Amino acid sequence: MKLALRELTRRPGRFVTATVILTLFATLLMFLGGLLDGLIRSSTGAVEAQQAQALVFSESSRASFLRSRIEPDVRTIIESELGAEVGGLGVVLLGARVPGNGPRDVANVAVWGYELAPDGVPEPPGPGEAWADEILRSDGVEIGQELLVGPARTPIIVVGWVKDTSYNGQAGMWTDVNTWREVLNANRPDAALSEGVFQALVVRDASTGPATADMPSAVERVLDDRVIALSVSEAIDEIPGVTEQQTTFNQILGVTVVITLVVIALFFALLTVERTAMYGVLKAIGARSSTIFIGLVVQAVVVTGVAAAIAGVAVTVLDLLIPPGSIPLSISASRIITSVVLLLTAAVGGCAFSLRRVLRVDPASALGGTQ
Amino acid sequence: MTEPALHISDVRKIYQVGGEEVVALDHAELTVAADEIVALVGPSGSGKTTLCSIAGGILSATAGTVVVGGEEISHYGSRQLTEFRQNQVGFVFQTVNLVPFLTARENLLVVDEMGRREGRPARERADRLLGELGLDDRSKNLPGQLSGGQKQRVAIGRALMNEPNLVLFDEPTSALDTEVGAQVMALIRAEMKARGTAAIVVTHDDRITEFCDRTVNIIDGVLAA
Repeated sequence: MKLALRELTRRPGRFVTATVILTLFATLLMFLGGLLDGLIRSSTGAVEAQQAQALVFSESSRASFLRSRIEPDVRTIIESELGAEVGGLGVVLLGARVPGNGPRDVANVAVWGYELAPDGVPEPPGPGEAWADEILRSDGVEIGQELLVGPARTPIIVVGWVKDTSYNGQAGMWTDVNTWREVLNANRPDAALSEGVFQALVVRDASTGPATADMPSAVERVLDDRVIALSVSEAIDEIPGVTEQQTTFNQILGVTVVITLVVIALFFALLTVERTAMYGVLKAIGARSSTIFIGLVVQAVVVTGVAAAIAGVAVTVLDLLIPPGSIPLSISASRIITSVVLLLTAAVGGCAFSLRRVLRVDPASALGGTQ
Repeated sequence: MTEPALHISDVRKIYQVGGEEVVALDHAELTVAADEIVALVGPSGSGKTTLCSIAGGILSATAGTVVVGGEEISHYGSRQLTEFRQNQVGFVFQTVNLVPFLTARENLLVVDEMGRREGRPARERADRLLGELGLDDRSKNLPGQLSGGQKQRVAIGRALMNEPNLVLFDEPTSALDTEVGAQVMALIRAEMKARGTAAIVVTHDDRITEFCDRTVNIIDGVLAA
């Protein structure tokens, strides 16, 4: 191993090409992963932020907010039967006119009405006001501005910023339920809801009721299956396009990892061929094939680790430089760590292709005596 | 009586080449005393390298008995032969073959790193060997910064690092000019005799033989004293 590390430190030039190529692949892997996370977050952030043991939709809604209707009696039954805290929830997707922008330059918003504050969102603001997702900054929105929402141009004043609360790719605007209902009824008369009726319910804090994992089934049971009750993660999976996005991106990420593995395999296979004479000498003086192979793996892991570190810093800086809302990029520590683990696995896997070659190096070649 | 460094008895080595048998070594008999230096002389393809490889545990004989320093290695598998090479024999190769990114001192220590892993005693032995070989001031130089003669001296030091019973020299002066070659051979003789270590020097240069205790000729795989 010492020998391998010394070669790395004393002949870094030999590994520059591989490091550069692997850095590009590592950057691609992390960037694509960040894009996937960003896209998923922009579709699911509002639902993911719900601190709910169960999200309740009407039976025929197929867990869609826009199709769901929950009558007041449902809420009463859950509260009385399960002792849970229940809050109404609803959303309407609209375009918002921003002061100073052109008449066709509308910002896409998801206007939410809520009673129980999601993670990162303060208690409901006053009537006609909203906490807005900070990605609206990229549309020129500022605190204190009045946005005109939907074809009815319902006015909503932005009173503060929240983060990661987009839904279906549209920036969250968090209002009290009356404001949301006004916006909904004025702009989507086909989907209008009367007072006390919500699209969904957030069920939480049933300290005397069932455990979190059992809450959805408990809700469906007490309501004789008149509703669909889902955990937050189940509700996320029901959002249209999420699973398809994840599948597509994961396939691209998988191909990138495989290409990385092939690059590492080719590079270290070439290096092994180039070092055949040296390995022959080392074997002649008593080196085991395993010692030589471990040296190769160490070099691959170090080169890949350096490439991954450079890529990690690069995508983190990129994430900081890109203004919110311009590109759905979300770089997290877990994404970088996952990418590093995948790359290191590819490095070890790539080296495995050189194992046979290392095993076949004949110590007799050092004496010029292979026959 | 001191045990011989090498005793080869009725050794045969047969290669299969294209479905045909090629006899590289035929009923070889050779004994090298504990501090004896033997010149093994023969033309190309005569079996010199095969004999050395078998004596050094790099190749296994097809038949016969090979005993090095009292240890019979004829029946050893590859793992045992690797251990044997780590501890019992030293090699000096024709094309020097030092590890190019290691200093002279590290090239000696690589023997320890690949085998015994003694640590400090090995480092002390490497320093002592470099001193004896006149390479004190070159211990931190890379092979590329050394002359041909100096490289060969480093290779000799590497061969002696594991305190072997037998050192095998494969044409050690072929890459050197006459004067430096003679100096290296004189050094080899002095080092072997000082340690009481046996050596086989493969060569086809008659001038080398004067530095050896006796000469053994080999032609077509057959040894003739």
